[in-house]
Amino acid sequence: MTPLLQVEGVTKRFGGLQALTSVTFDLPEGQILGLIGPNGAGKTTLFNCINGVYTPEVGRVLFHGEDVTGSKTYAMAKRGLARTHQIVQPLEELTVRENVIAGACFGRENHSLGSAGEIASEVMEFVGLEKRADQLAASLNVAQKKRLEMARALAARPYLLLLDEVLAGLNPSEIAGMVEIVKKIRDRGITIIMIEHVMKAVMNVSDRMVVLDYGQQIAEGTPEEIANNPQVIEAYLGDPNLAKKLMGEDE
Amino acid sequence: MQQLSLLLTSLPDGILLGFVYGVAAMGLTLIWGVMDVINLSHGPIISLGMFGTFFIFIKMGINPYLGLIPVAILGLLLGVAIYFIAVHRVIDAPHLSSLLATFSVNMIIIGIATAALTTSPYNVDFNMGSFDLGFTTILGTRLIAAVIAILVTGGLYFFLYRTRPGKYIRAVTNNRAAAELMGVPSTQILALSFGLGTMLAAISGALIATFFPFSILSGAGYELKSFVIGVLGGLGNPVGALFGGLILGVLEGAIPAFMETSWVPVIEFGLFVIILLVRPNGLFGAKE
Amino acid sequence: MKNWRNHLGLIVPLLVVTGLAIWPALTDSVSNRENAFTILKAIALASSLNILLGYTGYVSFGHIVFFGFGGYVGLYFLNEQGWSIWTSLLIAGISSGILAYLLGKAILRLRGAYFALATIGINEAVKAFINNFDLFGGPIGMTLNFKVYKEYGGAAEALSMAFYIMAGLALAAIVLSYLIRVSKFGLGLLAIRENEDAAEVMGVVAPDAKTWAYVLSAIIPGMVGVLFFFKNGNVEPHGAFPLHASIELLVMVMLGGQGTVLGPILGAFAYQGMRGYLVTSDFFKDIQLSVSGVILLIIVLFIPAGAVGWLRNRFAPLRRVLP
Ligand SMILES: Nc1ncnc2c1ncn2[C@@H]1O[C@H](COP(=O)(O)OP(=O)(O)O)[C@@H](O)[C@H]1O
Ligand SMILES: [Mg+2]
Repeated sequence: MTPLLQVEGVTKRFGGLQALTSVTFDLPEGQILGLIGPNGAGKTTLFNCINGVYTPEVGRVLFHGEDVTGSKTYAMAKRGLARTHQIVQPLEELTVRENVIAGACFGRENHSLGSAGEIASEVMEFVGLEKRADQLAASLNVAQKKRLEMARALAARPYLLLLDEVLAGLNPSEIAGMVEIVKKIRDRGITIIMIEHVMKAVMNVSDRMVVLDYGQQIAEGTPEEIANNPQVIEAYLGDPNLAKKLMGEDE
Repeated sequence: MQQLSLLLTSLPDGILLGFVYGVAAMGLTLIWGVMDVINLSHGPIISLGMFGTFFIFIKMGINPYLGLIPVAILGLLLGVAIYFIAVHRVIDAPHLSSLLATFSVNMIIIGIATAALTTSPYNVDFNMGSFDLGFTTILGTRLIAAVIAILVTGGLYFFLYRTRPGKYIRAVTNNRAAAELMGVPSTQILALSFGLGTMLAAISGALIATFFPFSILSGAGYELKSFVIGVLGGLGNPVGALFGGLILGVLEGAIPAFMETSWVPVIEFGLFVIILLVRPNGLFGAKE
Repeated sequence: MKNWRNHLGLIVPLLVVTGLAIWPALTDSVSNRENAFTILKAIALASSLNILLGYTGYVSFGHIVFFGFGGYVGLYFLNEQGWSIWTSLLIAGISSGILAYLLGKAILRLRGAYFALATIGINEAVKAFINNFDLFGGPIGMTLNFKVYKEYGGAAEALSMAFYIMAGLALAAIVLSYLIRVSKFGLGLLAIRENEDAAEVMGVVAPDAKTWAYVLSAIIPGMVGVLFFFKNGNVEPHGAFPLHASIELLVMVMLGGQGTVLGPILGAFAYQGMRGYLVTSDFFKDIQLSVSGVILLIIVLFIPAGAVGWLRNRFAPLRRVLP
């Protein structure tokens, strides 16, 4: 079976800066892929290359086995790819419900306003925003805006969901709630790539992981393999005992 | 052959005028560059500069070139006042707000000036002789205006690159937030930039008045020309504006040799839109 | 209609315009009809502009180009080709729509002030072109053949008919604006207004949606143009493409509240009412432009959401009934 997503040798430059160098991996359907790396490693840029914000200079992106390199972002959305943004991008002067309805209307299933409304109600409840439905998106706090991003993406009923640091800036109980939501999404059969700095959480939910450093893909493997990979420890984690801490008990 | 001689007759005039247009556009583009505001009160301020020459020369009998100094000072002060009254509050608002705010200033100036001065044309009969070049004659007033325009551009360049406030202005143009972090007093710098922009508009108006008749409504046409020039030279690039002005002047001088003068604005504005589309940073700016 | 409350946003504007349309007949006053004509024209134009400005967030400073262009095309067929007013209206709407489609494909790539500048440039370029276009009478323009009025029973009858057609166009503009506002297409436009990149990531095909918004905002202004020139009896370049009229429309939309159905209607009333008062008042007559300027400035600085927007922000439940 062809993997849902294939990233083949993707390379992206910004002027003199090599943001991504030949990144390659496959993502089978139904899995969660954790994407980690220090700030500025190129993680968000990789998302942008996958969903069509940027066209990579070299390499290809295949979705359902089809070459989608350089597609427009809206074309990727229609194909069944949804994402959240590291810097939240709510439609501020619209209500939470309208935001989520828009996600359902213009995503893969192209719903009418009526059926999108039903999906929106369901998704808002799923992420715990139902009480805020008629508030303007601008009035939400950061944690709620992150949930809104998630709700909007889910309402599109995507095959593949790209989550960019949805846990950043949340307190521990909010993180726990969000991790539960991510697991539930996976259980619905949606494939996920998750960029995350909260290492324990991402190790915990990922089936496989990819590590970027200065645009280079320095490791790929299961969370155990990554936690024990000397290169990752040296380049990124820095602490040789970190693996135990991450995989094991509380610190 | 006939076209060539027509060209030789009208081109030098066009070029000289182009420098003066360039000064007006420099004002517009300076403001745009520093604060992302298109100043729709630009035209009436050009007109006010024209009336500056009128009052100083006709009413007070002072040489209009000497009169440029008070015109410049008043233009600067007026701009600073406009900035604090109309622009400061909407500096970070969506573009519609700053466009309408400066347009309301436009309405206010034109309303008052119409009541005081009517909209009928005024004329400053100022003569500086003329030079015969054989194929064409050049009016002294236009030559002097062009020289002054070049001096003003040089002065602006010196100010922006060699003085502290000028360096601040460039810092704010580059990145206002970063400039503020480095301790640049951004509000004062924005107000100063707006003042300089209107000062340049007033100076260009004062120069134009030495050779064209005008009314309070005349500025509107030069405002539109300033848009065209600003886009030719790259919006936000004051020195590019002088070259933009030159290009416009050449076009205005050259086109009548090949087709009816009434086609000039068709070509000007057509070019304007095309350049906005293909080279939004201007002919000399970096490509998209 | 069981839940008529949900349609208040349409019913109120329609009642307002209908009232305006029958007011001159009730009072049997030609000068009332003139005033009502001006307001209805403003409503039709401002509501159309609102589709682009208020819903999509693109500031068109040269929207009057569609009024002038459509008006010219329609009057040409009416006057020179002997078409009826109805087919002339149709061709005017279609040509303005086509012009908007072609222009939109090109200039809707520009954002913010660059788009605004491009619309000014286009208005001026089209005006200058028509000024040279002999088929449309060049700088002199076209004068309506008196024969044309006769076909509609003479000048008085024709002008009265023009009034009612204008009322029809205003109603059409409002219905169009409402239907877009409550549709999926409209939601896409609002998403573009709020954040175009994010909207595209969500799947809104922004290039197409913007182009259609531009087309839909251009059709009725083209028809209004024909009707206006039909009533005036002539058209010439400077009267057809006045930049300040474009800006007046922006002011109306802003006054009433951009992005709402009712806003441009209130704005058109308020602006025309204010102007009517200032121009005739002994005290303000001479400086009416300045007074308008001061009022505009105060609104821009202190109530940028406009009247309806302000109400919606103050009283959240209104959001449902005033789309
Ligand atoms: N649009 C852009 N233009 C120029 N440089 C960029 C752009 N986007 C990202 N970069 C640079 O690319 C590198 C990778 O950025 P990013 O992908 O955001 O990193 P991460 O998400 O891993 O923190 C950084 O050095 C960043 O400054
Ligand atoms: Mg990132």
